[in-house]
Amino acid sequence: MAESTTVKRERLKPPITNVGVLGWLHTNLFNSWYNSLLTIVTLIVMAFLLPPAFQWAFVDSLWNSSAEACRDIDGACWSVIPNNIRFIILGFFPSGQEWRPILAMVLLLTLVVYSKERSRWKSSLLWLWAINLIIMGTLMYGGIFGMPVVETSQWSGLPLTFILSFFGMIVAYPLGILLALGRQSNMPAIKTLCVVYIELIRGVPLISLLFMSSVMFPLFLPEGVTIDKVLRALIAIILFTAAYIAEVVRGGLQAMPRGQYEAADSLGLNYSNTMRLIILPQALKIVIPPSVGILLSVFKDTSLVVIIALYDVLKTTMVTLSNPKWAGYSRESYIFLALLYFGFCYAMSSYSRKLEKELHTGH
Amino acid sequence: MKLTKILVLVLSLCLMLVTFAHAGKDLDAVRNKGFIQTGVNGAVFGFGMPDAKGVWEGLDVDTARAVAAAIFGDASKVKFTPLSAQQRFTALQSGEIDILTRNATRTLSRETQLGLNFVTVNYYDGQGFLVSKELGVKSAKELDGATVCVLPGTTTEQNAADFFRTHKMAWKPVVIESTAELAKTFFAGRCDVLTSDASQLAGARAISADPKGYVILPEIISKEPLAPAVRHGDDQFRDIVDFSVLAMINAEELGITSKNVDEMLNSKNPVIQRFLGVSPGNGKALGLDEKWAYNIIKQVGNYGEVFERNVGINTTLGIERGLNALWTNGGLMYSPPFK
Repeated sequence: MAESTTVKRERLKPPITNVGVLGWLHTNLFNSWYNSLLTIVTLIVMAFLLPPAFQWAFVDSLWNSSAEACRDIDGACWSVIPNNIRFIILGFFPSGQEWRPILAMVLLLTLVVYSKERSRWKSSLLWLWAINLIIMGTLMYGGIFGMPVVETSQWSGLPLTFILSFFGMIVAYPLGILLALGRQSNMPAIKTLCVVYIELIRGVPLISLLFMSSVMFPLFLPEGVTIDKVLRALIAIILFTAAYIAEVVRGGLQAMPRGQYEAADSLGLNYSNTMRLIILPQALKIVIPPSVGILLSVFKDTSLVVIIALYDVLKTTMVTLSNPKWAGYSRESYIFLALLYFGFCYAMSSYSRKLEKELHTGH
Repeated sequence: MKLTKILVLVLSLCLMLVTFAHAGKDLDAVRNKGFIQTGVNGAVFGFGMPDAKGVWEGLDVDTARAVAAAIFGDASKVKFTPLSAQQRFTALQSGEIDILTRNATRTLSRETQLGLNFVTVNYYDGQGFLVSKELGVKSAKELDGATVCVLPGTTTEQNAADFFRTHKMAWKPVVIESTAELAKTFFAGRCDVLTSDASQLAGARAISADPKGYVILPEIISKEPLAPAVRHGDDQFRDIVDFSVLAMINAEELGITSKNVDEMLNSKNPVIQRFLGVSPGNGKALGLDEKWAYNIIKQVGNYGEVFERNVGINTTLGIERGLNALWTNGGLMYSPPFK
């Protein structure tokens, strides 16, 4: 047995301040004097704000109690949500029929999640959507299979928010593309029409359009003819959104190099094929981020229908708060709503980032 | 081809949602529809608001139910349209609703320029002051130099300013947008006085930690007679709505309630016999079933019952009858004879 002559050399470790937790802290939070200062100030502010907030929200709070029990505590009264959840989410939908809007919403969300994968984007998916929309409409309206009719005036809460924002987006997007193409058109009549429409709509706030549709518009109709209130609000939202989409899409169209148009011309494609096969697929890809921005704001803007007394999820919450029993708990209710809106908006924006990455082909 | 088909489908779907509500007189139209469409507030507790199950309740809601009971003999034949303050009169003018029971104050200009017919008042409201008992104030005239919580841009703010100017008193308004936040601010002690309509003050007092510690001062500084309204143009329909409200008041005067109305059918009193349609005449005169008043009382109740159920002393609001008591008890509720 020969003794090993190799001397075991201890491997030198990097300095303790470069690895592990300390290393991370050093590179991310204390890498220069002003960042260190910022970190310390932030920590101090958090130390002041977080414990009381935590105490309020989790320690001193009640999660499922009566309104009377809430009067005696200093913390958050989250009980306002479970006690009123039925009205906040479903509003006026007749009792005993709650499963219908819930099922419709589940169908819608499932379908949205299913459609996320680009490999499933085929014409069969369109049919699936069409069939499901009919099923959802039937579920909401009823009238067959022994389901009592529920009029649109009773559609409220979260289903109404979904209807207004979903159809607002789906219908406004193609309309916006048409308007953008019209604005680029060589035909002066169409061009003027589109420019006037876009500038007119962009020149007024959404609230004024909603007021027009709910207060002014009925006065112009012949006596006795009424148009569904939800439909009127929906049309206002669609018209409003389309104008903004149009400008975004126009940006995409203008970003296309001249060569793309010329290449299409040299292939002998006519106008609709040029647009459909060459220009729009590229232009729309460019404008994904701003389009999603607009779609997000449509989703949030639907809450403006409170001013025309449609009971979307914001309004049903506000009504709950006007019951003297629950009137003091606006903070808790609005935090709940904020989380609800944030959840949907965050899902939409993270999906758009994923889509952008997938569609990025590197030119 | 495909596109045309889809377009036709979409257009026809849209047309389905366009309904031809009625043509001709309001009463006939209501009868043909089979229900009454009424405009309500939707966010005022005790007057018109859905409960946690989405079922409408309130004084105004019950008033509309009474009209349905009179016309159809069924108080459930009524549909509610929640309306904002801006929409309410347009909705009535355009025929979207048949009657408006949405705590609207009757005024001359609304009656004439807006073409509305207000009927009998179903709630006498007025602007008042809420103060803490600790303040030791007995009258609004002692409020010199007070800090006053008030909603912005309403007639309420104007009325308060007028009141303090007339009585040569100084005041500091604290203006906050939402009613709930306004009440919270007041109970947190940021102002000495909260001013609003007396019915709203009662609601605000109910949410405080110590409702007994606050009083509504006796001075009422504005008149707010809240009444249901219909369009100009159909006097018979107006009469029916009017007498539906009056029937509830008259029943209270006669001591008829939803509980004892069946026994009252056997009453020997000719006034009661005429009122309940045992001796016919009233129904025919209004163009209704002779049982119309009976149906109202049986299904909705008399005015006192409706008041106590929705806003009365045992509810969260805890409002005393006050001006809304019968004239025999010092209030303003008074019904003409039913003959």
